[in-house]
Amino acid sequence: MKLGVLFSGGKDSCLAMLKASKYHEIACLITILPRCKESYMFHIPNINLTSLQAKALGLPLIKAATSGEKEKELSQLKQAIQLAIKKFKISGVVSGAVASTYQASRIQKICNKLNIWCFNPLWQLNQYELLKELQKEKFEVIISGVFAYPFGKEWLGKKLDKKAINELLEINKNTPLNLAGEGGEYETFVLDCPLFKKKIKILNAILQYSNYAGVYRITKTKLISKK
Amino acid sequence: MKIEKKILLVSTCKEKLHKLEFIKPVADILAKNKIKFFIKHYKNLNKKDLEKARKIIICGTALKDNEYFCNIEKFNWILKIKKPLLGICSGMQIIAFLFHGKIEKKTEIGVVEVKTKTGKRFKVYTLHNFYVSPTKDFIPIAHSKKCVQIIKHKSKPIYGMLFHPEVLNKDLILKFVNNEIQDFE
Repeated sequence: MKLGVLFSGGKDSCLAMLKASKYHEIACLITILPRCKESYMFHIPNINLTSLQAKALGLPLIKAATSGEKEKELSQLKQAIQLAIKKFKISGVVSGAVASTYQASRIQKICNKLNIWCFNPLWQLNQYELLKELQKEKFEVIISGVFAYPFGKEWLGKKLDKKAINELLEINKNTPLNLAGEGGEYETFVLDCPLFKKKIKILNAILQYSNYAGVYRITKTKLISKK
Repeated sequence: MKIEKKILLVSTCKEKLHKLEFIKPVADILAKNKIKFFIKHYKNLNKKDLEKARKIIICGTALKDNEYFCNIEKFNWILKIKKPLLGICSGMQIIAFLFHGKIEKKTEIGVVEVKTKTGKRFKVYTLHNFYVSPTKDFIPIAHSKKCVQIIKHKSKPIYGMLFHPEVLNKDLILKFVNNEIQDFE
């Protein structure tokens, strides 16, 4: 069946999309752009770059701006999915929900109302296993935001590779945190994954950081061919 | 040589992709606790699988997936089985239906509170559009505001949970496996 991916540009939505693509056709991406609330925009510093990722994937993208108010967001997300049903004939959506029952049940409710399938291929996946899968599938992921102790400025823009995963494991020994960052401890941005036809090269970025909160705002990029 | 019997996980998912969402989380709980298991889809289940199993768990499926109701005859083994059986969500609906329960439309999505008959309260994750009201063959053990959430057969080791214990109540799956089912109450 044709599916739309709820796409943030981070590692979870990309990995969920990869898993779904093994059984179904990915027909489009759906990105929610929170407007208004500055805090939201701060937390997802490169959400505008989902257009570039869509280009790298060779997939159409539906961008829906939301007001940032929780209740309104739900109907705005529903409208975006309805548009994807109409435009790309999707029969279901894929989300990268891992452990958040709040996030998962919101999506399930919308899909149920629209009578479409809902797939959450990372649901309840062990955080370490999730990070290891990114390695196995040769994802190229960077940390695009940190929002918790003890993440220092050096984490911004860092590649989420084997070394970084080991460092996260070390941090986790002393500070309880969600290894995969689902608790909002950190945000990621995917530069390349097996479904990308081209990969993203960062030419310029701005770092903003103070007191264990910071973002890596990508300002200049280009798509390069994959060898 | 005595062969160690394993837990049989029965998939009710129409879509293969949903195995990651409804079977793997249960399998991961067992694997983490070094409990051996094997997985079979209900359409491919045979007599040997049931003989090989120590206990059986029928896992849930997606909200939009009701295919199992169209193939209910594939579950007739439930009526004869003597081994401990736990039905999760669609699994509970199948069990209750085979024992002549009535299908009703009742939607619950998300976290709700359940209360056991002994007065214990806890949060569970629900995901269902249907509910099968259990007949007198079953004792209701826990309720949410909308309906019965845990059932137990009066004379057989058969249990049903309408919610998904693999999400917020992983201990309940281990209790079923480790014979601590009195704790459901």
